Amino acid sequence: MEYKMNLTQEELDILNGSKGEAMAKVMKTLVLYGEAFGATKMVPVESKMGHLVTSFGLKVMKPVYDLMDQLIAGGAISQQKFSVDPKPLDKNVPANFLQKLIFNKFMYSMQNSYDAQLSKLGLIDDKSYTCTCYMDEVGNVPKKGEVLSWAESSAVVYANSVLGARCNRNSGIIELFGSIVGRVPYFGLVTDEGRKATWIVEVKTTKKPEAQILGSAIGMKVMEDVPFIKGLDKWIGTELDGDTKAYLKDFGAATASNGAVGLYHIENLTPEAVEMGESLIEEGAKVYVVDDAELERVQANYPVMWKDKNATPKLCFVGCPHLSHAQLIEWTDNVVEGLKKNGLKKVSVPTVFTAAPAVVEAFNKTPYAAKLKATGVVLSYICPLMYMNNPLCKKMPVITNSNKLRTYTTSRYYKSDEILDIITKEAK
Amino acid sequence: MKQFKGRPVVAGKCTANALVSHGGFNTLASFQNALQFGDKEAKCGDQNNADLYNKPMVGTALCLPQTIGSTTGGMVLYCANAMKRNPTCMLFSEHIDSLACAGAVLAAVWADEPMVTVDCLGQEFLDYVKDGMKITVDEDGTVTVE
Repeated sequence: MEYKMNLTQEELDILNGSKGEAMAKVMKTLVLYGEAFGATKMVPVESKMGHLVTSFGLKVMKPVYDLMDQLIAGGAISQQKFSVDPKPLDKNVPANFLQKLIFNKFMYSMQNSYDAQLSKLGLIDDKSYTCTCYMDEVGNVPKKGEVLSWAESSAVVYANSVLGARCNRNSGIIELFGSIVGRVPYFGLVTDEGRKATWIVEVKTTKKPEAQILGSAIGMKVMEDVPFIKGLDKWIGTELDGDTKAYLKDFGAATASNGAVGLYHIENLTPEAVEMGESLIEEGAKVYVVDDAELERVQANYPVMWKDKNATPKLCFVGCPHLSHAQLIEWTDNVVEGLKKNGLKKVSVPTVFTAAPAVVEAFNKTPYAAKLKATGVVLSYICPLMYMNNPLCKKMPVITNSNKLRTYTTSRYYKSDEILDIITKEAK
Repeated sequence: MKQFKGRPVVAGKCTANALVSHGGFNTLASFQNALQFGDKEAKCGDQNNADLYNKPMVGTALCLPQTIGSTTGGMVLYCANAMKRNPTCMLFSEHIDSLACAGAVLAAVWADEPMVTVDCLGQEFLDYVKDGMKITVDEDGTVTVE
């Protein structure tokens, strides 16, 4: 077979089976995939660790598990350790008998065997299940300029934008293949040209915009393009400190799920914008102005998917993507304060905060853990999206402050202060 | 009869009846029920896709602009192929997106039968083609609609 891409002798040898049939097929997949996007060559994966999107042992994915078996049997395992998205199950998260039965016996019946496959393929450890692998507590933090083979849209957009790493928006399996051969096709967000902004977003709000709504508005407008955002540094500063990173984590997840953004630049803040300024903007870039009215318009257009639009919420999720340590502390303080103000001891809606296992572990060593537990909030490592990805949850009135969860499920979006108000007030 | 010239992503010859989605095709939402509950016709489960909802997808020439949704999309498409619940071919009016491309290439390399995939057919193709029309695809990416 002839390939259009310029391949090295080593890459050609692998294609010709020098490292076995499984490795040859892995390389062939990446080459054909890259050629469809005009990639001219393969480039080395430079990060220490990878990140995979598929964490769930969903029965429906049996062919994927068969493929994983072929990789393991053929010795085609990852050259780098990797983290993976959060698990879909946690017995501490509220679920009724029927839900538990369906989750464990039908939907996720392959979970244990898939976890074992991930271990064999290169999973860091059993605490590495999170969508926020870039948290310091987790430790999968790529350096600026490093080429990655990651998937998980919220992690990819964070790594590209906030850390300045280089990664395309990969599909599941493709990202694992890149970690196996240690190379990815050179196209899109891996290239200098692909990182140029084709949109200028001018933020002209009168107050700090809600990260999840601003991200949603920008995502829906620019789709898969790269935006250069002006005026946001006025509200979130010019330092990438913990609060700002948490804001950008939530903002980016919304751009990636409500649209298909893989990289954004924020003037005076994100590394490439600081370094290169407006030279990152392509000639003829389109302009999108975001003011208070635009954000209100965007939020007002979110459909409410509940059958009874006035139903009392049965569950609340906060933490999609997973919360940072500082966000957990802030939410704990706010819930405690809100309950006190309203004369309550426990939250009025069953509420789950989610964070990476390593963040949960660190949080549990602080005095805040007992405070949070006393409010009745459950702290979990679960993936809310996977939890809700079944017909039973579609009928449940679930509320969230996550625009990603809203987009992919029937959950209803509220701003963070509205969520706080709902869960700390007497239920209707 | 009208012919459109596209780019073969996974080259091959086939004939099938058209099934047309004018909006983005959400791969996970469309296939999840069919794969989960053993529906051999693979009826589209995406309630947000008025063009396709509840219509069988197996054996069709699926005509679409691009796919949308979860990054599991490529894997889902691969699974549909491996379980023989796939369309005969996928015909994209726009440049293929990374998730659909992953699924098509994975199927071509790892599944028993590749799914013919052609992209860059143009908006005119999507405006012209209607459900049930006979589609013939050639190796070079020429698509004949009649």
